[in-house]
Amino acid sequence: MSTAVTESAAQQTLSRASAWARRAPLLPALIFMIIITQLPFVATLVISFIHWNALYPNDIGFDWFSNYAAVFTDSSMLKSVLTTVFLTVGVVLISLVIGLLVAVLLDRRFWGRGFVRTIMIAPFLIVPVAAALVWKHAIFNPSYGLLNGTLTWIWGLFGKADSAPQPDWVSAHPLGAVDAALIWQWTPFMMLILLAGLQSRPLDVIEAARIDGATEWQVFRHMTLPHLRQYLELAALLGCIYIVQNFDAVFTITSGGLGTANLPYTIYQTFFEAHDYGQASAAGVVVVIGSMILATFVLRTVSSLLREESR
Amino acid sequence: MTAAIESTDARRIRSAPVSSVSLRGRERRRTVVLGIVAWVVGLIFFGPIVWMLLTSLHSESNAATNPPSLFAPLTLSSYANFFGASSGASPWPPLINSAMMSIGSTLLVLVLSIPAAYALAIRPVKKWSDVLFFFLTTKMLPMVAGLLPLYLIAKTLGLLDTVGLMVILYTAMNLPIAVWMMRSFFAEVPLEVIEAAQVDGAGLLLTFRRIIIPLASPGIIATALICFIFSWNELLFASVLTSTTSYTAPVFLTSFVTSEGLFLSKVCAASIAISLPVLVAGFAAQDKLVQGLSLGAIK
Repeated sequence: MSTAVTESAAQQTLSRASAWARRAPLLPALIFMIIITQLPFVATLVISFIHWNALYPNDIGFDWFSNYAAVFTDSSMLKSVLTTVFLTVGVVLISLVIGLLVAVLLDRRFWGRGFVRTIMIAPFLIVPVAAALVWKHAIFNPSYGLLNGTLTWIWGLFGKADSAPQPDWVSAHPLGAVDAALIWQWTPFMMLILLAGLQSRPLDVIEAARIDGATEWQVFRHMTLPHLRQYLELAALLGCIYIVQNFDAVFTITSGGLGTANLPYTIYQTFFEAHDYGQASAAGVVVVIGSMILATFVLRTVSSLLREESR
Repeated sequence: MTAAIESTDARRIRSAPVSSVSLRGRERRRTVVLGIVAWVVGLIFFGPIVWMLLTSLHSESNAATNPPSLFAPLTLSSYANFFGASSGASPWPPLINSAMMSIGSTLLVLVLSIPAAYALAIRPVKKWSDVLFFFLTTKMLPMVAGLLPLYLIAKTLGLLDTVGLMVILYTAMNLPIAVWMMRSFFAEVPLEVIEAAQVDGAGLLLTFRRIIIPLASPGIIATALICFIFSWNELLFASVLTSTTSYTAPVFLTSFVTSEGLFLSKVCAASIAISLPVLVAGFAAQDKLVQGLSLGAIK
């Protein structure tokens, strides 16, 4: 009896030890992540309830929800929430549609396909600040940018170079300018994911449908699109996660002016120029909550893809 | 209706051997046309990069003409200028800082993520998918929300404007992606091979070094390259947490635009020079890029 008890106890310690041996390789990464990413968020949450402006170091105190009230009543904050939504939705939708078209084109066999695929990826591999700088100065610049230069050249073909329209692209369409630069960079990302989706289609079923006389459009509408659905979802959601956080393009192209300040830029500004630590933190918490809502959808999509893989 | 007619047409054509040639001809014409469309779209997307390269190879005065002088003589003067032939700050300190941060954080990511991925894929701990999703959640939270506390902590500890701080932060930024990618590459190593090695008496470390690492090495390399790219590109944290001694290449680039004089060619040259490591790393990782960017959800 007693030996049985000690035996099972020994077994228990043994199995516990082996469970810890299994867990051990995981712990460094896990602990590192908790310390570096979770603790600062807790601190942000705490600071968001504190009245704290670094310019007035003697006036610090607990302040309930006044920072949140400020975030939701401050017109520039509210505007930046809307700007973030417009910017993200616009860039994601347009680059998703263009990315889908390009993926469909690249899914066919043609001369130089590998080369075209390679140059299509290139925009994604330009450092984001560099891309934003080049769009601002080498493409949109009203006096010597590529766009207006091309307009002058086209008008020049008809001998009217002097009367060519020379719009100031960034001032006239600030959000559109930021959109264009971001769409250029993110279309390759969408294209890569959708192309992977297209290439994982069950070809035998599609071949069977073709033999039964289905047209290209019917195959696309009733077989390709349903298969692509989860890839479209994944591309859109990952795109949202990355573009909601975008800072580089807004910072570089418009410096947040002309109604293009999105939340990351506004937080940066509240923190760095206004030194309002409390309000910046409250805005940070708002961004986190928004991202968490988005994230639950991402997690659902990713886990459904993961389940399919293990099947 | 038209679709139905077309499809019966197609079936009749296919059954008749003579006219199948014309169908193949139509199919071929379509392939050619769509191929041309693909080329045009590809070139449109590549256009800004060609323009950037061309501008960087022109002299400042030729870069700032309207209409553009496409065929102006080529010169490397802007690159010489960028790398410090004449006035202006040298690009080497920021480039070296960026290289140290990117390589340092990538190595740290590998050290942390390889054992973690082993514990998640090959000898999975209980509730391994919960752990995996915890890592993913940390990636979903926008970094900007943690910026202020990190700034205050770094200031208290005297870590502001140091390479070490950025190495730690970039490691945290990339670790979730790396764990996800690495897990999906390790999961592809067949379990029978690992078991066979252990039956033959190979210990854990030997199995790891001789079997798992070599089989997963293309994936490990791709993971490292993607982490390198993300660290190299980062701007927000670098611009807030570094200043005169450990500022990075992207931060340096933003200081480049002046209000006086022509700078277009120099900006393009600098942009290309700073993007070059990313282009090289990205094309090297091209095959595994999708798997990495989709966090391993897509093979």
